[in-house]
Parts: sequence; structure tokens; C-alpha cells
Amino acid sequence: MHTSTRPFTPFRVTSFPRLVAAAIIALASGVAGAGEIRVACYSDGNECEVTQDLAKRFEAQNADVKVIVDKVPYKAILEQLPVQLAAGEGPDIARVTDLGGLAKYYLDITPYVKDPKYWEANFGQTLKWLRADPADKGIYGMMTQLTVTGPYVNKTLFEQAKIPLPGPKATWDEWADAARKVAKATQTPYAIAFDRSGHRFMGPAISAGAKVFDAKGNLVIDDGYKAMAKRFYDWNRDGTSPKDIWGGVGGNTYKDAFEEFANGRVVMYLSGSWQIRRMDTQIGKNFDWIAVPNPCGPAACTGIPGGAAFVALKRTKNPRDAGRFLDYLASEPVYTEYMARTENIPAHAGVAKKGVDYKISTAAKAALDTFVAEVPKLAPVAYDIQGYKYNRAIFNPTAARLGQAIAGEMSLDDAVKRIGSDMDEQVKAAQK
Amino acid sequence: MSTPRAAAAGFAASAFKGALDALDVPMRAVQRVLGVPRIAWMFVAPNLVILGLFTFLPIVIDFYFAFTGGVQLYPSQRPFVGAENFAVLFDCTDYLDPSSCNKDLFWRSIFNTAKFAALQVVLMVTFALVTALVLNRKIIARGFWRGVFFYPVLLSPVVVALIWKWVLQREGILNAALVGVGASPVEWLTQANWAFFWCIFVSIWAHMGFYMLILLAGLQAIPADLYEAAEMDSASPWRRFSRITLPLLMPNLVVVLVLGLIRAVQIFDEIFVLTGGGPGSATTFIVQFIYTTGFAEAIRQYGLAAAASLVLALSLLFLTLMQLKLSKRSTASRTGRGE
Repeated sequence: MHTSTRPFTPFRVTSFPRLVAAAIIALASGVAGAGEIRVACYSDGNECEVTQDLAKRFEAQNADVKVIVDKVPYKAILEQLPVQLAAGEGPDIARVTDLGGLAKYYLDITPYVKDPKYWEANFGQTLKWLRADPADKGIYGMMTQLTVTGPYVNKTLFEQAKIPLPGPKATWDEWADAARKVAKATQTPYAIAFDRSGHRFMGPAISAGAKVFDAKGNLVIDDGYKAMAKRFYDWNRDGTSPKDIWGGVGGNTYKDAFEEFANGRVVMYLSGSWQIRRMDTQIGKNFDWIAVPNPCGPAACTGIPGGAAFVALKRTKNPRDAGRFLDYLASEPVYTEYMARTENIPAHAGVAKKGVDYKISTAAKAALDTFVAEVPKLAPVAYDIQGYKYNRAIFNPTAARLGQAIAGEMSLDDAVKRIGSDMDEQVKAAQK
Repeated sequence: MSTPRAAAAGFAASAFKGALDALDVPMRAVQRVLGVPRIAWMFVAPNLVILGLFTFLPIVIDFYFAFTGGVQLYPSQRPFVGAENFAVLFDCTDYLDPSSCNKDLFWRSIFNTAKFAALQVVLMVTFALVTALVLNRKIIARGFWRGVFFYPVLLSPVVVALIWKWVLQREGILNAALVGVGASPVEWLTQANWAFFWCIFVSIWAHMGFYMLILLAGLQAIPADLYEAAEMDSASPWRRFSRITLPLLMPNLVVVLVLGLIRAVQIFDEIFVLTGGGPGSATTFIVQFIYTTGFAEAIRQYGLAAAASLVLALSLLFLTLMQLKLSKRSTASRTGRGE
């Protein structure tokens, strides 16, 4: 976005002090100049491109600020950004998903926004996800998307198999039975696939009765969690689910099952609302796909809320400009445009109330409506785990240990025990 | 009349001499100030600074982190925990059964690494030696074949892994070929034994060229008259190999073994991209454990990762010293010296 327009001149050293000065200037400009803010942005679809467009407009209105949007892989946000921040380095603004986990690095932009009440009124529900504790009233950033986990179904396969879609209150077992019958009738290799992610697993687990927290507010692996773990493990062992998604890679490596679904190799796919754009553009008219409400368990019919947020970071040298840019992005017309172009669910109460005019296909619109309808049905504990700052202490071992059990490396009982001990150890280490 | 090339060479030579002459005065001044014995330090100083900053300082930091706990990155904020990190790593009921250990993944990765190193080093050195012997002979297109075997060394480990992932994935070209001949596709990277096999294969494919080159250089340094003399004495090919080639190649073989072993124990990049350490933890090696513990978990346990890396460093040191001792012993017994 910012390219130098200065003509090239041959480098000529006239004196040592001048050389030193030139080196210092060069180094400083590599970090961030006055009025320059760097935004580390990862993309689910086109978020960074849209942010870049909006940044250009912001610059036109604020000639003293330069916004550089660095598009980075999601892995860099998960693995490199926290280390950079711990070392006092990093960008001025970042698009993050570990909302509570990185809270200690966020900058309170309350002094730099035009109207803090506007933020409270419109982002109040999700501002607390970015706060370190309940007493904290700071404004640290805004959700660029609200996401909900939930399943997609290959409707064409159901039609070919002449099997009716289970109703909105159907349980996971009923969906599994139906999907298995469809898979068998249509010779589809697998019935159900989940993204390899503890976050994705948690919705069905809560539906199955997982309380997630004990009376003292500590993470706990209870019978509800174990029941879903057993069900999912059995699906992977009996061929209902493709073993290689969870068992095929190691550690807590994230792996989605989108390709399986898009290639017609699986009937039902648990992922989330952020995949709508990908579904729309990559599956297109190959087959009819739909999003369906989260299947039920004995305790609930819930997914997990989530999303990504643009947050200002304490290490910035330009807090005022970072605050101003976020304030611009959060303004109603800009936010509305951002939602419409990125096809995301708004976290802004005003925008959500007025509705967003999405320029998307009928299938994508229907899926979006299904996910929006899921929001009021989410279990309270689903919000609690999303806002809990050590939530990855349960998400990551879930992926790693269930993966090991599915790969046949350990029994399910051992895996569940290990999830519990890994979780306790990580929380203990974090609290040291 | 001199050609333009000769004129350019003459100009370059005189410019070089001029530059050396220009250095003469300051060098003499420095020598006067430092004295002759100390001037050597001036030459090694840049390297010492770089080594100090990027090798020795990180080792010191690693020691510090290994004896401190918490998730803070700044040393001053980390509480001293003594040997707690090592105690956690070595907390096992039965050291031969990783599932009985507190940090089972650490022990699984140790066993995986040991198995990988033993198999990969032996197979790679064998293949490198055989390839070097063949390419040392007068075969057709010898230069071309040397290039073919060396080419993978030039590739980045990530590129190597991505190429092989493309070949081995479920819908990869190897399975396409199998289906093409009427066979069933195989889950090459999601079955533990196959995944381990391909890790070894890919690693050998990627690195063998380098070790082959070292052995080839060793083979070419063996005087031809020794073979001629052996032939005149009607020595069999095996006898020539075992009595001339192998003993004279031993220094190169030791270098190859030491470097290969160090490389095998440090394996990470290509395997991480190829299998992600899976299925389960079947291809999780020690460096991946360190990386995951220190950097890929949501709650980063730098102390535990530092302790594990110290264990790795000490194991490497031990292995290298043992190997050097063995090679010295074999050299001494071959030459009849050292008793």
C-alpha cells in the first residue's frame, strides 16, 4: 500500500556519523514510524483485503496516519504472536482468536475513541471476552466477526439416498444414524467429520452434558465430556468418521475437514459459520449444501460462540492512532460494510438489529440465517468457556489426546485421564 | 599486444595490491598497539562475537530457563524452581513404558528419535557408501548421476516435505498409480508404521547426497596404485574393499556417521511438515516435543522445553564423544598404535 516514490540515488557515504544516522533511521523505519500502525491480519476469507481497502479510506481521511496491513497465516497468530508480545515486540493491532488468553497484552483504547458509550452499547456482550477479569471495564478492540460452530450437510446425498433430514431437535445419535444410512446408500466413504479442534468438540460435549467448570470455576472433565468423547472415539473406530482427520496428525495440530466435505467424501461436517464463504466459492453448484441447527444431547443443543477480534496492543508506539483506526472500523457504516463484504455475523448490536445486506448466494444466505438463529440457543457455559482465558488448556489436550486414542496409541480411558492431567498442569503453569 | 581480458586481470591484480598496501599502514599501527601475540584475537573477534551472541548466550539462557518456571518470557520474571522441570520430565514408573511417565510425550519422542536415528543413520550411510562406490567408477553420464543424487540436498526441507506429501497423501500420485494398476490405495501417512517408514525414506532421500559427496571425496583420495598392487596380487573385489577401501575411508565414514547421527537426532522440519508428528505421536521426535512445549501450546512452558533441550544436548554430546572414542580406537588398532 505504501511504496516509496523517491527516485533512486546512488549511495554515497560522506562521513561516518552520517552513516550511523542513516543506519538508525533505516532500523527505526523497519519497526514503525511516527503515525504508522501495523496490523497483523489473518484471513478466513477476504477479511484482510477488506481491511486494507478500509485502511486506505481511513488514511484519506487522516493524512497523518499510515496503516500497513500485514497478512499473516493463522498459525503465526496462534504461535508467533504470543511469543512476540511476551518479548515486548509485535504489531500495533492484531486480529486474534485467543481472546482472553492474550488479554494482558491489550491496550485500553478508551481514551482514544470518540464515544466509549457507543462501544459499550454496541459491543458490550463481547467486550468482556477481551478483558482480563470481570472488574476490568476497558475497551481493547472489537470483534470482527461473531462465529458459531455448527454442522453442514450434503443435502444432495440425502436426496439421492431418499432419506429425510433429521428435524431441528434431532440428537447427535439420530444424525449419526441418518448420516450413516446416507453414506451407505450413496457409497460415500464417511458419515460425519469434525474439524480437528478442541473448540469444535466442545459444543457436542456441552450438549452431552459437559459442565466444563466445577463449583470453584476450575476446568473439569466430567461424565458429559466423557460421554461425547466415547461417542466420537467410537465413530472414528467404526468408520463413521474419517480416522485420518483426528488420528492422522500429531499434537494439537489444527486440521479442518473441509476438503473431505467439499469432495463429497463425508455426509455431515461439523465446523462453523466462518466456512460459509469457502462453501459458497469452492463447492458452488457441485452439490447442495446446507447448514443445520446443532444436534441435541441430553443437556443442550449447542455450539460454541467465538470469533476473531481486532485488538490494540500495549507495545504500540502510536496508541492514539491505533485507537483511532479501531474506532473507525467500529463505526456503524464501516462495520456494516465490513460485515457485508466479509460475509460474517456482526458482533455490533446495532448492525445486527438493522440486518446486513449480504451480496451472497441463496445457499450462503440460508446458512448464515441458520447460524444466526443458533446464537440465542447457545448454552451459557458455551459463552463461559469461550471467555475463559485458559480455554486452550482444555481445547488443545482434547485434540492431542483424543487424536492419540483414535490413532490407536492409547485407550480412550487413558486419553481422557491425560486430557485432565494436561489441563491441570497447563493451568498450574500459567498461574505460577 | 595484450588482450582486453589480460588487461582487466592486470588491473584487478594491481588494484588488489593497492588495497593490500593501503591496509599495511593501519595493520602495522594495530600490531604496535596490541603486540604480535594478541593480533590473532583481532582476527577471530568478529566470529567470537557472533558465536557468543547467537550460540553461547542462548546456551546460557537455556540453562537459566531450564531451572526456572512459569510462562513468562523475561528471565527476571521467572521464578527459580531448581530441578523441578527435570523431575517432571523424568517422573516415570517404568522408563521403558512411556505411558507410565508424567510427560509421556517426551518419552515417546525420545524412543521415536532413538529408533529413527538408529535406522536412518545405518541405512543412509549404507546407501551413501554404495552410491559413492558406484559413482566412483567409470560409468556412463557419471556427472549427471552425481548431480541427480546431490540435487535433493539443495532443496529446502519444507519443499522436500511438500513434494513427498503430494506424493503420499491419500489422493496423492502414489495412490493414483496404485489405483491405476488395480491395487487398493494405502493410507501412507496415517498408519503409524507406514508414516515412520516414509519419514526415514524421505529423510534419506533428502540428505544422502551430501554424505555421498563426503564419501566420494574420500574414495577419490585413495591412491590408485594400492588397487593396482592388490590386483597384481590377485586380491578379490571384496578383499580390496575390506582391506583397502574401508580402512582408508574410515575417517570419512566417521565424519559421515557423526554428522548423520547429529542430524537424525535433530530431525524436525521436514517431518513436522510431512506428518505433523502423527498419526498420534508415531512420528513425534524430540525437537518437535521441545518446539510444541515451548511455542505451540497455548500455555507455553519454556522451562520444560529448555530442560528437554538440555537433555537432548547432553545426549548428543555423549553420542558424539562415544563415537569419536570408538573411531580413535579403531584407527589405533588398524595402525597398530595407541597401546
